[in-house]
Amino acid sequence: MQQILEQFFHALRSADVNVTPAEAIDAHRTLETVGYGDRQLMRDALCVALAKTEGETERFERCFDAFFSRDEFDVPPSLDDADDDLLADQPLAQLVLHGTENDLAHAMEQAAAEAGVTNIRYMTQRGLMVRRILDGMGLREMQGRMFELRQSDAPGAAATAAALEQARDYLFDQARQFISRQFELYARPASAKLHEEILEERALSVVERRDFETMHRIVKRLAKRLATRYNRRRKHTKRGVLDVRRTLRRNMAHDGIPFETVWKQTKIERPKIVVICDVSQSVAATARFLLMFLYSLNEVIATLKSYAFSASLSDISEILEEKSVEDAIPDILEKIGFRPTDYGQALADFDDEHADTVDRHTTVIILGDGRTNNTDPRLDLMRGLHNRAKAVIWLNPEPETFWGSGDSEMHRYRTFCHVAKTCNTILDLERIIDDVLKSYY
Amino acid sequence: MNDTTPTSAAGDNTATVEEIIDGLGDIGYIASRRIATAIFIAQNLSKPILVEGSAGVGKTELAVSAARWLGLPLIRMQCYEGLDESKALYEWKYGKQLLYTQILKDKMGETLSGTKTLNDAMDRLHGFGDLFFSEQFLEPRPLLKALRQEHGAVLLIDEVDKSDEEFEAFLLEVLSAFQVSIPEIGTIQATKPPLVFLTSNNMREMGDALKRRCLHLFIPLPDAKLEQRIVAARVPDIDEKLKRQLVAFVQLLREEELKKFPSISETIDWARVLMLLHAESLNVDLVRDTLNVLLKFEQDFAAVRRSIPEITRKATRE
Repeated sequence: MQQILEQFFHALRSADVNVTPAEAIDAHRTLETVGYGDRQLMRDALCVALAKTEGETERFERCFDAFFSRDEFDVPPSLDDADDDLLADQPLAQLVLHGTENDLAHAMEQAAAEAGVTNIRYMTQRGLMVRRILDGMGLREMQGRMFELRQSDAPGAAATAAALEQARDYLFDQARQFISRQFELYARPASAKLHEEILEERALSVVERRDFETMHRIVKRLAKRLATRYNRRRKHTKRGVLDVRRTLRRNMAHDGIPFETVWKQTKIERPKIVVICDVSQSVAATARFLLMFLYSLNEVIATLKSYAFSASLSDISEILEEKSVEDAIPDILEKIGFRPTDYGQALADFDDEHADTVDRHTTVIILGDGRTNNTDPRLDLMRGLHNRAKAVIWLNPEPETFWGSGDSEMHRYRTFCHVAKTCNTILDLERIIDDVLKSYY
Repeated sequence: MNDTTPTSAAGDNTATVEEIIDGLGDIGYIASRRIATAIFIAQNLSKPILVEGSAGVGKTELAVSAARWLGLPLIRMQCYEGLDESKALYEWKYGKQLLYTQILKDKMGETLSGTKTLNDAMDRLHGFGDLFFSEQFLEPRPLLKALRQEHGAVLLIDEVDKSDEEFEAFLLEVLSAFQVSIPEIGTIQATKPPLVFLTSNNMREMGDALKRRCLHLFIPLPDAKLEQRIVAARVPDIDEKLKRQLVAFVQLLREEELKKFPSISETIDWARVLMLLHAESLNVDLVRDTLNVLLKFEQDFAAVRRSIPEITRKATRE
């Protein structure tokens, strides 16, 4: 049972249910208490001990049901034509001839364990695994006998060979199905995860349309991670040490005996962040993700002001606040996106209408490529922004070598940024935003 | 000490899952098998249970019922932002400690009379026990209280997700070893490990360390059959037909797009309201008048206003 449980944990881990060694021990102890007799009881008990979130509970149930269902094997074909005596030394042939589907399932599971089926990771490995399992069960020998019988003239040899061929097809069929189920159990969730990992590091401009949904999920997760990390810190203003001065003062009435204690408080400055996002033609490919991240960020930070522009700038805080991400992003892109860029105009608009949002506590994050279409970059306004804000951070989807080439004014803008970085993947984005938030706490 | 020995067989960990279901059922808590199994394992492995689920599915009620069933005192600790160990675990009785030092001052001369040198006096002083930080001056808060119950207790740590991160870390010692360390005194071990329930509304994700130490129980919204049984258990006098209709209505309501789904507690409240109004069956006007028991948000109200007749018709058809 120990081994089966270990395998089950393996399957659980591939299904994204985290099983730590300590939880594995818990599971063993749980099973000692409840026993193996009652399937429902065992399922409930293991679920309670191993799955730790709502999602994990669901995945656990699916995995348990898949794992602890004996693989449904088809009934072996009845091969009455075969001559038993000719196959006496062939264990596999005997098994197909006389065994039940349970015996076969058992034999196959053993062969599978030896072949290391639980390590399967890719779809393309399936053929190889089928071959390995069947070889382990002795298919090679059986096939050899089949060819021999075909050549020989002994009575019943031809019929037996035909029966063996049937048996071979049957075995291949079963093994293929078996491997498919194992693949579902061990590899499908893992390969989905691998895909997500790859997406996290892929340049935003080359993410394909079919991956949008996955991408969205990843972004959401990142945002949630940021949220839990920072929401918690914002609240810790009340920790500290005894404020001796105020304690003494408050307890004057008690003859200086400190009945009431006063504790020092640390004030934490709320992050004030203003994000200006370029959604023009030149950054069309990345704009969607920048907005997506902006949306997620909006859920994390209470005091986030967001603006988007192609040429003229508009306030999108409200849209981000009120609409769901599926509606908000197309909405914004349709309203202001995909037009020729004019950074100068955008900065002027910002200066005219929203300058009051920036003071010395504000961090300004600009997401854009700094390509101005040869219009006036209005560096004077940028300088003003730089002087007024606590920090100006420019995140550019282009690699640094491209900065300054063509109509890019990045080098000139850069002078007025506290930080200017390339931000090309979701991971970059997270790292930088994390740094920004960290500086507040 | 009050002599409340456990009345049922449950106290000595011998209750089976079926007995737990029956026992809880007798006092009006309809437990699913998963819930009963969780309690069963918690008792046998001495592990706390982290109960999750949306508001009103009976998380707190589970702990209350378990305490009643086991005949053990329920010690409840409501978590909130800023809760710290002085409110959760123990506090020194400052006032009494101050009085003690006063007495000490008065007695000092008496105690030290006859000593010749300062060293002698110090030796004499050390001879007396250090009472200043001793259990006499300890004011036990819920956690410590639960550990010191002679016959065990049911400890409910309610809405643990509302507490701070540090507090969660500090719970770990209590939950895994059933002991608390007080720097001035030492470690206090539980006389009998309490049965611990932690409830969470998922305001924030709980830390892995905490989750690892707990069994996890997710209570979903019930299906129609279970909900009918729960209503019957909680509102025993309710008319059979009305019960069926109102449960069907609530079940249908949960399929709508709402901000907050009506949960079990709302269903029960509604059943009570309908009883008070002497309703025999649902009709559109009745539903419209009492819907504010079920829905707590104006938006939700507006969202379903139109479909009320439709849902009522469906619910009463069966």
